[in-house]
Amino acid sequence: MLTLTNVRKTFNKGTINEKKALKGIDLHLNPGDFVTIIGGNGAGKSTMLNMIAGVYPIDSGKIVIDGINISRDPEYKRAKYIGRVFQDPMMGTAAGMEIQENLALAFRRGQKRGLGWGIKSEEKEFYYDALSRLGLGLQGRMTSKVGLLSGGQRQALTLLMATLRQPKLLLLDEHTAALDPKTARKVLDLTQEIVDNQKLTALMVTHNMNDAIQIGNRLIMMHDGKIIYDVAGDAKKTLQVPDLLQKFEEASGEKFANDRMMLAK
Amino acid sequence: MSGLFTALLGAAAQGVLWGIMVLGVYITYKLLDIADLTVDGSFALGGCVCAVMILNFHMDPVAAIVVSALAGVLAGAVTGLLHTLFEIPAILAGILTQIGLWSVNLRIMGGKSNNPLLQEETLISRLVGRTGSKTVETASPLVQKLGLTQSQASLVIGIIIAILMVAALYWFFGTEIGSAQRATGNNENMIRALGVNTKMTKLLALMLSNGLVGLSGALVCQSQKYADVGMGTGAIVIGLAAIVIGEVLLGRFRHFAWKLSSAVIGSVVYFLIRALVLQMGMDPNDMKLLSAIIVALALCVPVAVNKWKLKKAYSEEGGED
Repeated sequence: MLTLTNVRKTFNKGTINEKKALKGIDLHLNPGDFVTIIGGNGAGKSTMLNMIAGVYPIDSGKIVIDGINISRDPEYKRAKYIGRVFQDPMMGTAAGMEIQENLALAFRRGQKRGLGWGIKSEEKEFYYDALSRLGLGLQGRMTSKVGLLSGGQRQALTLLMATLRQPKLLLLDEHTAALDPKTARKVLDLTQEIVDNQKLTALMVTHNMNDAIQIGNRLIMMHDGKIIYDVAGDAKKTLQVPDLLQKFEEASGEKFANDRMMLAK
Repeated sequence: MSGLFTALLGAAAQGVLWGIMVLGVYITYKLLDIADLTVDGSFALGGCVCAVMILNFHMDPVAAIVVSALAGVLAGAVTGLLHTLFEIPAILAGILTQIGLWSVNLRIMGGKSNNPLLQEETLISRLVGRTGSKTVETASPLVQKLGLTQSQASLVIGIIIAILMVAALYWFFGTEIGSAQRATGNNENMIRALGVNTKMTKLLALMLSNGLVGLSGALVCQSQKYADVGMGTGAIVIGLAAIVIGEVLLGRFRHFAWKLSSAVIGSVVYFLIRALVLQMGMDPNDMKLLSAIIVALALCVPVAVNKWKLKKAYSEEGGED
């Protein structure tokens, strides 16, 4: 479904701030894979997701989705295949527009936009049902501006928007990190539900090791721009947090130093 | 008293015609969150092109207006390409186009800074039914019967075109492309992640906006019966002032059609205020300062109020929840 071949990225090349963010990433995802990604600060987790989404161009390597080489496509073209949810709840929705307008924009992801009406009346019923499934009561507020919603509601809405038109690949970049624990749990449950129902292929960056172990069928650990550990299936199911810490030390030769990850329950 | 009334009527007519320009500024400033300074140049461009089309090419006044609007679209495209393709900050891109247009406008006018249209037929003179106007003898019986003055005719034409433009914009911003435009102003990252080329939406917005500005310049030219290379100077500030006034007066109406209309109404009120203070004896040269102060105040007051509230909310003793 998704194949990364020797993907490299260096920021600020040739300057004192040079940062080799990705040092040759090779990754292959099968259809239906739900992969969680963990790693310390600056490991390249978000960079990898941004490279796949096309936020910045890659320096070298190849990114192929479902047989289509998207390595050099601009971000807006890749959007046809990719649904995204960001860490910042403000980033995934247009605050000044109505809930239903946001959904209508998302429903046209990867479609040709013309001079037809931006939101057709028959769509509204579909949005109503989709919002009802979130269980947040948003279906009764379809004409409210998104700016009036809480962070958790906005994140749930972003998740719905990313999957409203089924993506070939769903990218979740620490999408629960800015939420309180209870809301984070709710959004995570929704994520699992949507991914299961639509049988999506997904990549999820998280700083919560327990989540990383419990969710999805595969886990990868990144360090210093490389994938240092990749585990799937039964081996992943039986993982414990101490195992992960040990794996990290073995693979990187360093102590795992990330307070946020260590403290996350 | 009738002198004042005539002055106010003229001001209202001017306000509506300039209001089309304000609609253009509204698109970039309010919807796309871009401060586009092309406006000063493209407004004069509209006027200059219109005058030359009528004087030198003997074009029908309506066709001249269309050509002027297209010239505005072109000016917007220049700013748009500088901004999107070459990533020059929007303000600077607009200033570059505006400065360049000064020379272009002089070239268009054949090196003259002012071209009068006193003897020519215009869209507005076609509606004037008072003796003293050149076309009155050839005017249709209906126009003769109505007997409109120049100001009244300008007002009628202005209102009709303003309504048409507000309706067209209301439609456009409701379409799929138009929704993507609004979303670009709202959250550029989000709409790009949803598959929209935001460079295109910004380019399109700048073209559309300056097209309206050029159209407005042409109408003002036909109404005042001359074009001047300096006629657009300060247009952007007038546009912003009109938007601010419209928001203050009609901000409570949330419907998008009202928001668009408030830009035109704000423009009318701006020109009425201007006529009043001029009647009261203010030096016309001070008018630009007054406009700048209105805009500056409108931008400063909310910030100052917020700061004051923050300061006031603080108490050393510790408050309650």
